[in-house]
Amino acid sequence: MLFEYSIKGGDFSTAGQASSRFKKVLQQLNVPPQTIKRIVIALYEAEVNIVAHAFEGTINIEVQPGYVVMTLTDKGPGIPDIEKAMEVGYSTASPKVREMGFGAGMGLSNIKNNADILEIQSKINQGTTLKITVNLNQENVIKE
Amino acid sequence: MAVKHFHHALKIRTETCFGCTHCMKVCPTEAIRIRNGKAIIQENRCVDCGECFKACPVKAIYIDQDDFERIKAFDYRIALLPAVFTGQFSRRYNREQIYSAIEATGFTHICEVEQSSELLAEQINKYAESNPAKKPLISSFCPAIIRLIQVRFPSLVNNIMLLKPPLDITALYCRKKFTDEGVNPAKIGVFYITPCAAKIAAVKSPVGEDYSMITGVINMDFLYNRVYHHLKNDHPTETKTAGERPLTPASTRWTLTHGESDHFNGRSFAVDEIHNVIDFLEKVENDEIRNVDFLELRACDESCAGGALTSANRFLIVERLRNTKPADIKIVEPSKKTIDDYRSYLETRLAIQEIKPRPIMKLDDDMEEAMKKMDKVKELMNILPGTDCAVCGAPTCQSFAKDIVQGDADIRQCIFIQKSRENTGELALPDSLKLMKEIWGNEKF
Repeated sequence: MLFEYSIKGGDFSTAGQASSRFKKVLQQLNVPPQTIKRIVIALYEAEVNIVAHAFEGTINIEVQPGYVVMTLTDKGPGIPDIEKAMEVGYSTASPKVREMGFGAGMGLSNIKNNADILEIQSKINQGTTLKITVNLNQENVIKE
Repeated sequence: MAVKHFHHALKIRTETCFGCTHCMKVCPTEAIRIRNGKAIIQENRCVDCGECFKACPVKAIYIDQDDFERIKAFDYRIALLPAVFTGQFSRRYNREQIYSAIEATGFTHICEVEQSSELLAEQINKYAESNPAKKPLISSFCPAIIRLIQVRFPSLVNNIMLLKPPLDITALYCRKKFTDEGVNPAKIGVFYITPCAAKIAAVKSPVGEDYSMITGVINMDFLYNRVYHHLKNDHPTETKTAGERPLTPASTRWTLTHGESDHFNGRSFAVDEIHNVIDFLEKVENDEIRNVDFLELRACDESCAGGALTSANRFLIVERLRNTKPADIKIVEPSKKTIDDYRSYLETRLAIQEIKPRPIMKLDDDMEEAMKKMDKVKELMNILPGTDCAVCGAPTCQSFAKDIVQGDADIRQCIFIQKSRENTGELALPDSLKLMKEIWGNEKF
């Protein structure tokens, strides 16, 4: 199954809506609660990154019985040093963004911790693509 | 389809219900449908919050209590009394008078529920320190919230603190105290005076406990009426037992909003009213709200003061309880032992078992099957009007679409689909009328 959500840069007031909506999809698909949590945390973090740093972006999600692949593509400044950006606490967020409770760094590392595979491609002044894969563990499915 | 999980105290009087949909529209878990002109509660979705009870305009929803006469089967008839009971009366009546009137109804002893709250407050802080992975720790106080988390926020069940609520601790204490005094346990009847339906469900089918220490449950409005009658007619003044030691002001406030969170050492929030709780938990679940240590969550507006079975206005109850000063309370019968003497006994018995999720959102156990069903729901949502008019007997178009996919509803139950199909000749008027009668009963046509 495919899902698509578009994200507007700078629109902090609605940041997180795509993650919330996708969470409801996963719940209906009987994905184990703890796996949903990992997916939603990673997705929320990535969604807020687009809002905070890019002009606009799209989230494309593919759900298969064994895995979820979330591809977040944005038009934005790009990440100059991906390795550094992966470090816990590293942040380029402006003080204004931090005041709103966003931009505390650790975004990418938090995504990585919750993902099974994280791939990042970025071009300066063009944009960033994040591909987050989470395996769906069928063993913990709650059945009646 | 519905697997029976636990006892529900909320029942529908079918002879009174006329299928007005008020209850169905306020239900936070979409547990109600209309069939044959009557509301039906789906047992596996209901969390016993009591919103439907409060919304019903004709009192067709009732809360199933134990027969009051049952107390007579015991020599020691103990009323487990929450502070909100006293809060319902005007300050014209003091604690002594109210307790005396409770005894006049047939109880031999009164045991104040919140007397265990001080002990619990200490233990909650200790529990939080030794369970940092459970952050934010969610209070186990409100049974409707525990059930809500099980069905709607399954990923948060592990955040619920596995400690008994004050009701169960006090019940345990009560039994132990009387047994220690030489009373035959079989002669002790512990009856909880409940302000809500959820507490009844919790007593009848405990979550995280194998059995309950509570013998029976009496609805608060029932006892309120009896007690008020005594207060008006008998002007009682003397009481044999008024609880061995009066509650402190902090304990008196425990069941009000902030009653628990005020005692917590870290960053805490107190959220009341079930829809507010749902909003908040959505954000917690998405990790949008971080660095919170403790959540006090209550299903009712103004917490237990707003319980479905309290009779006075909830704000008046809150006012009386908040203004309770130690001086207002007179020790009537200082007993030899207090709950403090049982601290170590109780502290080693506070733990409850792991709480398991019971997600209700899934369309199917099998993911591939669930995906197919989700596609069908999507298709249906493109056809349905999106007005959430409830004429189909389901609360929203979305819930109706899910019912169709699960085989519990027929798309022709939608009034918009009916009109379109009548227009094209696909559906004859007598057939559409029959469909409507299946939902709304014969009387309305």
